[in-house]
Amino acid sequence: MPKSFQPSVITANALLEGDVVYLRGTEWVRDLHAADVLTDAADADIRLLEAQARVAEVVGVYLAPVDAENGIAPTHFREAFRATGPSNYAHGKRESV
Amino acid sequence: MYAYTDFDDKFLTQRNAEFRAQVERRIDGSLTEDEFKPLRLMNGLYLQLHAYMLRVAIPYGTLNGAQMHRLADIADKWDKGYGHFTTRQNIQYNWPELRDVPDMLDALAEVNMHAIQTSGNTIRNVTADHFAGAAADEIADPRPVAELIRQWSTDHPEFQFLPRKFKVAVSGATHDRAVLKAHDIGLQIVERDGVRGFEVIVGGGLGRTPMIGKVLYDFVASEDLLPTLEAIVSVYNLLGRRDNKYKARIKITVHENGIEDIRARVDARYKLIRPQFTGVDQQMLARIEADFAKPAFASKSLAPFESAYSNDPVFRAWADTNLTDHAAQGYAIVSISLKAHGATPGDATSAQMRVMAALAAEYGHDELRISHEQNVILPHVHRADLPALHARLKEAGLGTANIGLISDIIACPGMDYCALATARSIPIAQEIATRFDDLKLEHDVGPLKIKISGCINACGHHHVGHIGILGLDRAGVESYQITLGGDGTQDATIGERAGPGFSAEQIIPAVERIVRTYLELRHTRDETFLETYRRLGLAPFKAALYPEAKADAA
Repeated sequence: MPKSFQPSVITANALLEGDVVYLRGTEWVRDLHAADVLTDAADADIRLLEAQARVAEVVGVYLAPVDAENGIAPTHFREAFRATGPSNYAHGKRESV
Repeated sequence: MYAYTDFDDKFLTQRNAEFRAQVERRIDGSLTEDEFKPLRLMNGLYLQLHAYMLRVAIPYGTLNGAQMHRLADIADKWDKGYGHFTTRQNIQYNWPELRDVPDMLDALAEVNMHAIQTSGNTIRNVTADHFAGAAADEIADPRPVAELIRQWSTDHPEFQFLPRKFKVAVSGATHDRAVLKAHDIGLQIVERDGVRGFEVIVGGGLGRTPMIGKVLYDFVASEDLLPTLEAIVSVYNLLGRRDNKYKARIKITVHENGIEDIRARVDARYKLIRPQFTGVDQQMLARIEADFAKPAFASKSLAPFESAYSNDPVFRAWADTNLTDHAAQGYAIVSISLKAHGATPGDATSAQMRVMAALAAEYGHDELRISHEQNVILPHVHRADLPALHARLKEAGLGTANIGLISDIIACPGMDYCALATARSIPIAQEIATRFDDLKLEHDVGPLKIKISGCINACGHHHVGHIGILGLDRAGVESYQITLGGDGTQDATIGERAGPGFSAEQIIPAVERIVRTYLELRHTRDETFLETYRRLGLAPFKAALYPEAKADAA
């Protein structure tokens, strides 16, 4: 039996601002909670390829595993920091919170 | 200090125009990221965790008031009103937008600054003793030769695609404040029979495989230095490994081939290229040296200093920790701490930068330095002016009296900013500083260097910290490994690993146990942490760190 697919979001950095972005439909959004959670491996592969082709919008596109039981929570602390911004100042994603 | 020539200005203008065009082509889609990335890196532009980061070189850590003012203006106009000073005497802006970077570079060029070769597999910003030109223990100012090396290495056609990055440091003092032995090349100015030359150390480095540099030549005459450097980098360029990023630094090349083999190769290469160096470099060096003439030192009464020292305990505490002996009578070297308890190590707001620039102009012969320990130095201040200076520093939140103490922590940006990091460094530094400030222990503890890196690459120099802390990702949790007994001076030593790592919650109490053990075991108040550690070794500290292991063994 194939290894089960960990639900994931597609994430990258915006080309112009460098900010962390997530894919929702065909749009890049800044908030992890607004991202599409992909639960099917084949679908995720296709969406990832499409997203990676958008080179004039984003840099470094990849799939980030999430826990999607209650809302969307990153499974690794690195993704948690990317989603929330730095811990020492209210900058980046912390500015809008 | 060095003033750009027409040639320098023209070179930088052209380079910035070239990069501006590259940015435009990236934005309009004609360059892919794979094509653009090496170009942006050559110009100091990284893409980090949350944003771009622009790393600006502060060559050999020296800048004047106008340059510091400009750094502040850039922070306000295109960033978030602050800058982060690094362990390589650079400043990093953490929030620029891609479109603005060419304007930032143009603004820097107006004050003779740039971001060239602050990244990439090139010869990086040349660093130097931050007390250069001022220290009482100095044979000669290392900055003229550092400037010569900067000019030689900038856009050097042979060395734009080295196997890996390449870092050079220079010192002219007997005490090594530039961590020479942890650099790809460390240059120590020495004198032999009245002739000035250089001890050339190669193959030092921290990171994944820490190595103490080895002496390649114990004396190279001044006029032979540049061809020697060219021969070393040239040998490394061909011999250095390109098959494995982790084995690509010259420290591994030296380790794998042996220092004798490297010396033989460098000798052969040197012989071949020496005739190309016709002495033009020495003429340039003479002109550069004139730019670094010592300021006209004043002679004033020390009464204001003596009065403040006797009557103001806050001033006295600051003077005791933040001043260093100057070569000139009546003068002191002032270290301004960017380590207020609980603040981010190495960060200065634009307002603080302007205060420091103004103070340099008023009291410090318009000179500032950035130390690899992430503090700012006013190298030439008359002691008579120190009380007034200290009052102004205090107002700006820059009066912290902790240089060389436990809260004067080096910390890399860690996972709060850096894309390579495996754990956070900044909050650990903040908590250690706050904890020891609450305990009111740090002046009693005395000299103690804590250095924190958020990954194995060791930008935070943890291997040479008296207490080193390395943040790692252990099965998806931040974990902090302690090393003890490291030393970044002329007695360079790599710290010993104490044992298993600690969680983010456990690491502060663990550091406290180390410090309390030291306080119990030191012979006298004068025996420093490092001296006690050298006398007793790891065992008592290990027992304090892992009491449960001791209980198991009993």
